[in-house]
Amino acid sequence: MPQTGAAGDKIFRLILLSAATILLLIIVGILLMMVQNALPSIERFGLGFLTGREWKAAQNEFGALPFIYGTIVSSIIAVVLAVPLSLGIAIFLVEQASPKIARPISFLIELLAAIPSVVYGLWAIFVLAPFVRNHLGVFLQNYFGWLPIFQGRLTGIGMFTAGLVMALMILPIVTAVVRDVLETVPQAQREAALALGATQWETTRVVLGNAASGIAGAIVLGLGRAIGETMAVTMVIGNSPRISASLFEPANTIASLLAANFAEATDEIYLSALIEMGLVLFLVTFIVNALAKLLIIGVTNRANNTRRA
Amino acid sequence: MANLNLTVNRRRKITNGIMTTLTAACAVFAVIVLLSIIFYIAARGTAALNFQFLVDTPKPVGEGGGIGNAILGSAIMTILASAIGLPIGIAAGVYLAELGNGWYGKIIRFVADTLIGVPSIIIGIFVYATFVMPMGRQSGLAGAVALALIMIPIVARTTEEMIRLVPVSMREAALALGAPQWRVSWDIVLPAASAGIATGAILAIARITGETAPLLFTALNSRFYNFYLDQPMASLTVQIFNYATGPFEVEHQMAWAATLILVGLILLINILVRFLTKKRF
Repeated sequence: MPQTGAAGDKIFRLILLSAATILLLIIVGILLMMVQNALPSIERFGLGFLTGREWKAAQNEFGALPFIYGTIVSSIIAVVLAVPLSLGIAIFLVEQASPKIARPISFLIELLAAIPSVVYGLWAIFVLAPFVRNHLGVFLQNYFGWLPIFQGRLTGIGMFTAGLVMALMILPIVTAVVRDVLETVPQAQREAALALGATQWETTRVVLGNAASGIAGAIVLGLGRAIGETMAVTMVIGNSPRISASLFEPANTIASLLAANFAEATDEIYLSALIEMGLVLFLVTFIVNALAKLLIIGVTNRANNTRRA
Repeated sequence: MANLNLTVNRRRKITNGIMTTLTAACAVFAVIVLLSIIFYIAARGTAALNFQFLVDTPKPVGEGGGIGNAILGSAIMTILASAIGLPIGIAAGVYLAELGNGWYGKIIRFVADTLIGVPSIIIGIFVYATFVMPMGRQSGLAGAVALALIMIPIVARTTEEMIRLVPVSMREAALALGAPQWRVSWDIVLPAASAGIATGAILAIARITGETAPLLFTALNSRFYNFYLDQPMASLTVQIFNYATGPFEVEHQMAWAATLILVGLILLINILVRFLTKKRF
């Protein structure tokens, strides 16, 4: 009965193709919807929107700079804190620990990724913010207070606390990707280094050099996640549209602005300005994620060509 | 010369000792942070947890109140989102694995990975513009659609990975017996990958249960038990957000209790899946 098979094949392929095409429609739909709804704001404010420093919704004055600044700085804090930690954990899991220890620790760190953003936010408000206010912030001001970034009033609510909680939230994904990347490095590399008399750490450095582009990809991927982080950030960053030198001052990010203000935006131009901010966020995360994928893909391709010994 | 070698070697050994200890310390630190978060939630959460809290609706501050309607709302929206998202996600995953080696498959795979990285608040805005504005109000349906959109790319990619694990020899055997391509996919490959696909689906469900940002302006919130999908609907996560950012200590206690329920459920699902699939332990 070749006919029924052929007809069945056609229908089956059509169903699968439609489902796959829905993914394409979603992303095209998001882009079109955002551009269309952002147009009034784009036409009215032009490029000045991106460089404006004032955000006064009541006076229809919208400048995106404080939010772009806040997004960049808080994400940098998160990446700077999370990356060394993630690298350390991944090296420990792949290069040092026996599988009996590595597996449960790996699992526990993946659990960190399962905790919802709003829960990190709750924890950050009531545990992390007081810790920054009473201990970590005081310590930093005592020893590094001469740096402008650590000056100012210490409330525990602000850019620094937001960066800390974001660091914790991107830790699992950066760790997981670095771990996978390290696992693709051929075993022969390690054996060669060890055979030349290298210590375990010197061997690890060889492995790290070999995995550099994949590790860069993991870092960029973590950056992308940090840029889009919303709930936890909006709960501790202080939601203030100001650019301050001090990291302890309240600030705001694009995602946090949207979470806090979108529901109350009834005015058309206000809504349009918020959607333009969303468009900026979407494009930035798109570019960052695409870059991460390109960096990681090179490594996984190599892994497929040279399987582990 | 021998002396110099000795010093160099000692320094190498010391560096090795320091660095390997540091990496282990990183792992220990992360585990301690995770455990301390979980124990803190458990300690604060159990203090305010009782049966009344689980079935009541939110009341003015000082009169008690609970999260019964929020639990129901989360359950309804999660089930509805799964009903929409799982079939589409799994079908897209089958496409990627079985037919996705051409240029179109590459595009779809790239789009799926990109969608996974899109901040969930963007999905919320998208659903606001496409559902909430035409309908004229926030609704449980809009919330469920937003959650489904988050779910589809995740399920598609895990399904693809699971299907690719099915040995080629199984396909070849079925094809050699004269089975058409779709019977091979449907009767041979899918059943073989079903456990893995189910695991991916369950983890995706756990993931959307914890989503807040896409619900803020799509499902909004509600103070009442609500079964109507065209009305605003409460959810556990939005309720936690409101309680956490409220000014009163009573509200904060309720936020911790609601968090205990949410995190307990999500961690339980993750741990059960891990043990049942025996992938890691």
